Amino acid sequence: MRLLLVLLCLMTALPARAERVVAGLSQTQVAINTGFSGSEILIFGAVRREAPLPEGALHVVVTVAGPSAPVTVRRKTRRFGIWVNTEAVVIDAAPSFYAVASTVPLAQALSQDEDMRHKVSIPRAIRATGTAAQAADSENFIEALVRIRSRVGLYQVLPGEVALTEDTLFRTSIALPANLTEGDYRTRIFLTRDGAVIDAFETAIAVRKVGLERWTYMLAHERPLVYGLLSLAIAIAAGWGASAAFRLLRG
Amino acid sequence: MQIYLPIAEVSVNAFLLLGMGGLVGVLSGMFGIGGGFLMTPLLFFIGIPPAVAVATEAAQIVASSFSGVLAHLRRKTVDIRMGTVLMIGGLVGAGIGIAIFNMLRQMGQVDLLVKLCYVIFLGIIGALMFMESLRAIRRSRSGKTAPRRRQRTWIHALPFKMKFRTSGLYISVIPPLAAGALVGILAAIMGVGGGFIMVPAMIYLLGMPTKVVVGTSLFQIIFVTAFATLLHAMTNFTVDLGLAVLLLIGGVIGAQVGARIGVAMKAEQLRILLSLLVLVVCGKLALDLMLQPAEIYSLSAGKF
Repeated sequence: MRLLLVLLCLMTALPARAERVVAGLSQTQVAINTGFSGSEILIFGAVRREAPLPEGALHVVVTVAGPSAPVTVRRKTRRFGIWVNTEAVVIDAAPSFYAVASTVPLAQALSQDEDMRHKVSIPRAIRATGTAAQAADSENFIEALVRIRSRVGLYQVLPGEVALTEDTLFRTSIALPANLTEGDYRTRIFLTRDGAVIDAFETAIAVRKVGLERWTYMLAHERPLVYGLLSLAIAIAAGWGASAAFRLLRG
Repeated sequence: MQIYLPIAEVSVNAFLLLGMGGLVGVLSGMFGIGGGFLMTPLLFFIGIPPAVAVATEAAQIVASSFSGVLAHLRRKTVDIRMGTVLMIGGLVGAGIGIAIFNMLRQMGQVDLLVKLCYVIFLGIIGALMFMESLRAIRRSRSGKTAPRRRQRTWIHALPFKMKFRTSGLYISVIPPLAAGALVGILAAIMGVGGGFIMVPAMIYLLGMPTKVVVGTSLFQIIFVTAFATLLHAMTNFTVDLGLAVLLLIGGVIGAQVGARIGVAMKAEQLRILLSLLVLVVCGKLALDLMLQPAEIYSLSAGKF
């Protein structure tokens, strides 16, 4: 109820345009701690309109994208009886996580041109320029990237997962898996009518390691020597401790 | 209980890791081995990236060897002088090993290198050990004792001789340096202590008395794996403290249990069991290399 009130306030505060999207997230921060086993983000909102309902079907598309980074995709072939990595394709930038949820299958909600412009579908979200020169069938490598990441829940296509009520209220939930990388997860909501984007909303979910996880990661990357020595100190202390403890046990 | 590993960036079950540490610990206690050659492949199987598995296992071996060497120091079964010579070779070897490891990591062949090393070395050692223990069992059945021979070989003709009092040897430092270097390379590449190569080398190549072999091997393993851990931490950032600690806890407890079981069994039976275990691990890895994988594509971060 309070949520609706907030939404109503937001709606009245916005300047006039035919149809606008107003949205919120159940959380804008995700903390990766020792017990982190994934997180579910609820994305909800409403369509605000001044004029009466226009013609055509209204659809909502929600995307959540993790930070992009280069990825090398390798393919094995059989050489001398064993399977060896022989070919590689470097993909300039692929999101570490990508989920795209929509009210209907994406092809119906969004035209090709709009997909190209806003980079909404997974193949568009991956920036793979100059891959054709690296392998004759570079599209197989890109497919493999999508397939491997989809299998572990890092890439998700969720058609029909956005619930739209009365052409006004919408909600969806995106499951973030446990194997997340740190960064700002760009969250976009597109409002489309007849395949054309009529409004978009963008925000970010901050995914951060916290506590011991953060401390360990930072130390390992910024002070590798100290971290290495600390690892050794812990290892030697554990070895000595075990030896001493069992000598005590034996009397 | 799932636990997020900060360096490996994967979430795994903490009890699974403790159990694996414990299981390998029991085996290492039973057979007097470090267990690195079993733990590293197990870590591959549960989805830890190979680079992290190898580096973290090096840290774990430091702990288990340290625990072991303390007992040997009390019994005075460590040839510190020989250990130091082996260690110097080992440190050089570890440096070379890390360089090879990083080069192949960039070429995307590190998994293959690590697995091939495992198949080759485990295959050879397992087969030799199996035949040797079969022969020993047959010999003990027929009631004859093996003739002890110590002949002069080319080893004794090499220069730079040194006296090793604890071992009662006067030999050139070249063979121990070379053996140390070879094991150092393997320690860095395979994430093992290398005891399974060092111990036979010390007995058959250097002719050291059996009672000082294990202690001396552990002594040099500590330094070589510690050095490998540091190098991995500094060049690859792949040592996962969380993972190491969990494996350690399981490992040290398991090793004590295993040592009790080991005492109750006959030496020949133990060796034949160990050789079979080595051959099974080798066979599994060889099959993985030869059979067509379910997914022939693989991903790695960055532009290598």
